[in-house]
Amino acid sequence: MASETILSVTDLRVRFQTLDGTVEAVKGINIKVNAGETVAVVGESGSGKSQTMMAAMSLLSTNGEATGAVDYRGSNLLTMTKSELNKVRGRKISMIFQEPMTSLDPLYTIGNQLIEPIRRHRGLSAPAAREEALKLLRLVRIPDPERRMKSYPHEMSGGQRQRVMIAMALANDPDILIADEPTTALDVTIQAQILMLLADLQRKLGMAIVFITHDLGIVRRFADRVYVMRQGEVVEEGDAEALFANPQHAYTKMLLAAEPTGTKAAPPASSQVLLEGRNVEVVFKIGGGFLGGEPLMLRAVDKISIRLKRNQTIGIVGESGSGKSTLGRALLRLLPSDGVIRFGERDISEADRQAMRPLRRELQLVFQDPFGSLSPRMTVGQIITEGLLVHEPSLTGKQRDHRAVEALREVGLDPNARNRYPHEFSGGQRQRIAIARAMILKPKVVVLDEPTSALDRSVQKQIVELLRKLQADNELSYLFISHDLAVVRAMADYIIVMKQGKIVEEGPTEEIFDNPREAYTQTLMNAAIDTTRFRISA
Amino acid sequence: MTELAVAVPEPIVGRSLWGNAWARLKRNRAAMLSLYYLAFIALISVFGPMVVPHEYTTIYGDYVRTPPSLSAYPKPDMIQTALTDAIKRMRVDIKEWHQDGSRIIVTVTSAKPVDDRNIRYLDRSDAFDDTRIESKSPDGREVTMSSAVRQQYFFFGTDNTGRDLFSRTLMAGRISLAIGLLAGVVAGVIGVIYGATAGFAGGRVDEVMMRIVDVLYSLPFIFFVIMLVVFFGRNFVLMFLAVGAVLWLDMARIVRGQALSIRRQEYVQAAEAMGVGQRGILVRHVIPNLLGPVVIYMTLLVPQVIILESFLSFLGLGVQEPMTSWGVLISVGAKNIGYANWLLLFPAFFLVSTLFALNFVGDGLRDALDPKDR
Repeated sequence: MASETILSVTDLRVRFQTLDGTVEAVKGINIKVNAGETVAVVGESGSGKSQTMMAAMSLLSTNGEATGAVDYRGSNLLTMTKSELNKVRGRKISMIFQEPMTSLDPLYTIGNQLIEPIRRHRGLSAPAAREEALKLLRLVRIPDPERRMKSYPHEMSGGQRQRVMIAMALANDPDILIADEPTTALDVTIQAQILMLLADLQRKLGMAIVFITHDLGIVRRFADRVYVMRQGEVVEEGDAEALFANPQHAYTKMLLAAEPTGTKAAPPASSQVLLEGRNVEVVFKIGGGFLGGEPLMLRAVDKISIRLKRNQTIGIVGESGSGKSTLGRALLRLLPSDGVIRFGERDISEADRQAMRPLRRELQLVFQDPFGSLSPRMTVGQIITEGLLVHEPSLTGKQRDHRAVEALREVGLDPNARNRYPHEFSGGQRQRIAIARAMILKPKVVVLDEPTSALDRSVQKQIVELLRKLQADNELSYLFISHDLAVVRAMADYIIVMKQGKIVEEGPTEEIFDNPREAYTQTLMNAAIDTTRFRISA
Repeated sequence: MTELAVAVPEPIVGRSLWGNAWARLKRNRAAMLSLYYLAFIALISVFGPMVVPHEYTTIYGDYVRTPPSLSAYPKPDMIQTALTDAIKRMRVDIKEWHQDGSRIIVTVTSAKPVDDRNIRYLDRSDAFDDTRIESKSPDGREVTMSSAVRQQYFFFGTDNTGRDLFSRTLMAGRISLAIGLLAGVVAGVIGVIYGATAGFAGGRVDEVMMRIVDVLYSLPFIFFVIMLVVFFGRNFVLMFLAVGAVLWLDMARIVRGQALSIRRQEYVQAAEAMGVGQRGILVRHVIPNLLGPVVIYMTLLVPQVIILESFLSFLGLGVQEPMTSWGVLISVGAKNIGYANWLLLFPAFFLVSTLFALNFVGDGLRDALDPKDR
């Protein structure tokens, strides 16, 4: 039974009708899945890996169209009627998605959402279905399943929600489980746990898993066979072991080597301290106000001190909710905070909006999401020169245009594109635009808030290199906020580990990585290494 | 800026979100058709009354409630009636009459000599024009007159007082569209400014401003308009002020919600981090990104205003005679539905088709501007 092919995709093509004509997202690919094996489909964004599986499950958006054949145990899924399809979909083939926040219905309890499909598909009585649901929650190792049955999705963490999603997918004992980037939205430590769970479940239940991911490193431990996709085509396929040991295609090699490398030397001890925070504290008031009762105080940043020197990069590491972004914004005085913040010789703790304005050009911020941080209705030229309107109002339109050209060249973009709009660029290009917007003002300190997390691995590497080049050219100081340890290691010379608003550990990069003292730092490192252990370092 | 002399490459012009939306709208056939139809209605409403042969106020006493017809009035059987009517007023008797091309020749006799000035009775009739005395018997008791038959077209018929419904419908369109547009713009401007201020300022200011909106929402609209009319009398300006003053509330709520969410967007935070002032953020970031939903809501607001105006006019609180609007015409038509249904059908068709087209355009715009579609 081990080698029986249960799902085979033959010459699958997916086309989308768009304003600019027909776009072919998947260009005639062949994929086979055998019973009980794990197949990984790897590719960067836009490679068509998700659309392949969406097409197989008939979940394409309305302007999409699939041709070819997707055979599941001898019947073509593409030509099935909706009712035939529903006998397979959700029963024999089930799916889990990237975003556990939105895949669960916020109006029903976890128990409800688990029991309903079990009753409908298997015709069990309510108490029997409840037993079954409990069994599933135990299977995915949710602590205290009895109580969790009564919880609503918003009462659970991201990792737990993803576990529930997996439990739901397993409810009908599927043949194939399609996992579409199941760990991308999660913190590293949780990511490792979920991967472990999936591998474990497969061993126990013997279903086939199709694992869709952008991170080649993740699938190594876990996949039997790998398909590498690029621009709608499978560029390389084969046994995981063989493929990792001896990648054939240049693209696969590039993906494997996409880990940012190198380290940064610390600036000399005598360098001037540019930005300093002493006992910085940020408290958010939740609720309260008019008729709201007692507000809830949330201490997002709890008495943190930090000294950023000229030409230094401090990496701030922590899981989501650790307060690292809040700290970055508080240091730039974009959030009200307590404690002392000094920029150069000046105490800016009490500076108001007006007083901060002239300093803003020297304190810049780059955001995580290159899609949200650029105004969709302005051209790239307008976006990057907006700061000049404030800080160099004497410039003529022509001079500003000239500066825009310079800034775009500096970040490696074609200056001809400055009259285009942000939506016409890819994620990596947009992040370059966001960097150009910060750099055009010739800042001294730049806070980089997860600047690479929304990008593909290969693009991440380019952005890291760009940031390092800019730092070397302009003697910049960076505050680099990230949850991605590999990137932090390549960027920072000093690291602060944060948890729940407090500093857990700090020190020079090498020391933290080679010799973490605190248990939390060790967990963080282990989780990161667990998922990336087998990466070939270039 | 030492290298200003260096040739700066000519930039490629990108396609903006508006450009994208326009391209999407152009592919929506129903919306485009509706857009053309609206342009057509606007054109004939604005310029039509100047071109049409009848003034919308002219009363044709001989043509009260004439049914619509594509051929000219008077019809042959009507000439007889009109002629007999006019001759009767002269207090003479018809001896003989016949039609000769576009003129009629009539011979009248009387016991006394006929006064030449009597011909004006013929001219006074709406059917005849340019009356001359052709010949007179020596004793003056028999006169032969000729008169041109006045050709009149009433494509939509005439109303109760004999006014041409075609020109009145076009004139009404002018008023209805003007009120719709003006009140729509008034409501839009007030709503956008108020809502954007509330959403942008946030906090306590927002709280107070939105509670005021809640209070205004609870005022009964018709009662409010009746009060206005009682205090200030009926007039055109008051009309759209009243409608606009009520409808801006919806707009304010929509815009405030949008402004609140835009305020939290990262590009606004990025601008703040760059030191851009409140004004710059409002002008360069908040307002341009608000425009999409505002435009959509405006196209849905205009039909709402037109309906409200029609409703008020129907109740007799709206536009005053002889000025007219579709609502007024429909109200008159509804009273005469039994014996002159065209009085209802034509204005109703114009009103309904225009509202239909406006809603189609609004729908198309929403599809075109909705970023979720992308």
